[in-house]
Amino acid sequence: MRQTKRWNATISYVVLILLAFLFMVPVYMILVTSFKPLSEISMSNMWNLPSSPSLEGFVNAFQKLGPNLKNSFLLVIPATLLSCIIGSINGFIFAKIRFKGSNIVFLLILFGMFIPYQSILFPLIRFLQQIGLYGKIGGLIMAHVVYGIPITTLIFRNYYTEVPDEMIEAANIDGANMFKVYTNIMFPLSLPGFVVVIIWQFTNIWNEFLFAVTITSDPTKQPITVALVNLAGSQVVEWNMQMAGAIVAALPTLLVYIFLGKYFIQGLMAGSVKG
Amino acid sequence: MKSRRKLIGFFVVSPSIVAIAIFVYGFISSTVRNSFSNFNSYSRLVQNEFEFVGWRNYQRLFQDSRFQTDLWNTLFFTVFFLLGCIILGLFLANLLDRKLKGGRFFQNVFLFPYALSFVVTGTIWSWFFAPGNIPNDPSGINLLLKNMGLDSLQWGWFTVTDSIGKFNLALIPVIIAATWQLSGYTMAMYLAGMRGIPISMIEAARVDGASNWQIFWRVKMPLLRTITLSAMIILGHISLKIFDLVYAMTGSGPNNVTDMPAVYMYDLTFERDRYALGAAVAVIMLVMVAFVIVPYLLSTLKKEDSK
Repeated sequence: MRQTKRWNATISYVVLILLAFLFMVPVYMILVTSFKPLSEISMSNMWNLPSSPSLEGFVNAFQKLGPNLKNSFLLVIPATLLSCIIGSINGFIFAKIRFKGSNIVFLLILFGMFIPYQSILFPLIRFLQQIGLYGKIGGLIMAHVVYGIPITTLIFRNYYTEVPDEMIEAANIDGANMFKVYTNIMFPLSLPGFVVVIIWQFTNIWNEFLFAVTITSDPTKQPITVALVNLAGSQVVEWNMQMAGAIVAALPTLLVYIFLGKYFIQGLMAGSVKG
Repeated sequence: MKSRRKLIGFFVVSPSIVAIAIFVYGFISSTVRNSFSNFNSYSRLVQNEFEFVGWRNYQRLFQDSRFQTDLWNTLFFTVFFLLGCIILGLFLANLLDRKLKGGRFFQNVFLFPYALSFVVTGTIWSWFFAPGNIPNDPSGINLLLKNMGLDSLQWGWFTVTDSIGKFNLALIPVIIAATWQLSGYTMAMYLAGMRGIPISMIEAARVDGASNWQIFWRVKMPLLRTITLSAMIILGHISLKIFDLVYAMTGSGPNNVTDMPAVYMYDLTFERDRYALGAAVAVIMLVMVAFVIVPYLLSTLKKEDSK
């Protein structure tokens, strides 16, 4: 019995290591390529380690993508913070105050999370043109904040539903108004919820492409995802720069994931498994 | 007192309600309207000469061989991508559910692609699967195969125009890339579900002499049915609107072998000024997604009401 258990564990490890290895093959390739000088980039040695490692690819990538990296931060930080505030207030109302028809309204809001954005894209762009936000980072922020309302409201609502009603009743008897209930009870309790939503919105908005490519046409205003795709479109693809660029574009969300992974998984669950 | 509080509550969320009403439902109506219009050139759009043309744009799409290819591609992509993610995710979750030492490390390895942008994934895999000049001067995975002495397995990957029935084989690399990115996510969903199964149930089955295999199929799987359904819906709605990955990895490909409705919609609306046709593609995509999502949302609501 014990022997078969150990045998099972060994097989599990062998399979896991093999699969982990397969999962990491593209990572190996992107790393070795990004550290090669351009002169070493050729089809025949693409799997070899760089014989003279160089930062040329990264230097070039930063030169080309630096402004877009900044754009991404200028987009992601305000959009994430605004999403958090709106989601938290909405979540509180939908979880604890409720009003006539609030469940139906919540459902109608939730539907907005799943729609293909193609179905609102063109009117959205016309609208942004009319209010003078088309082509600007402000326009992208607006799009992400509005279309972020469903998911952020959902995550916070799930969070606040767990808070026992008695706590709120007690505060009400003590004469606290709704505003005080929110700031003194709900807000402090939901700080982990804020971390989940911040990570969720940060990674989603950072990684987003469709809004970015259609709302900003001026290369100096584009976020990094669009700039990365455009790098591949230039005549001669400098693969070391391309791969270094992919690393630069992926790094912020990867770092968030590595250091706050626990919350990342929580956020991911909140977005999928409900009820 | 209580009704006043509810009134204030409604007042506080009303800006969000208005925003969603306009940005989701208003804009969808506008897209639907455009899909029944003759806005198939820039000048007509600018002069706003709206003319109702009925189903003409839809008829044109369904007769359009590119759009027919898109629908088949979506079907096969969705089926194989779902199968890949669910089988691999379930397999990984079952291995990691045994509380092995270092399980957390493996979990992170399998989940990390989920943190990447589809654009980054597309960029990486487009180089990985770029065929090079087979058989003598291959690149990427073909080169790896050649170095391992498996020359005969070299293949054109996403550049091939072969198909089995309506299934374009060039989709295989795209399916692999998408599965690489999202099977870890599926694994995480299943792991969360498995942690919810009481250990006593599994112990009881073991005492009764059930093998691991029997425990998996007879005890775990029936309890994971809702997770499987959630995973199918989440992954399904991602695959129905897939855009970034295909756009960054392969584009439409030769003979549209890797084309998708979302790519065609982008092409029609932003490259060719065929706004009405683009709107019709968008509406068809919305209808497909709604078929998957609306029953799911309604059942979630019912479950909450009965709580």
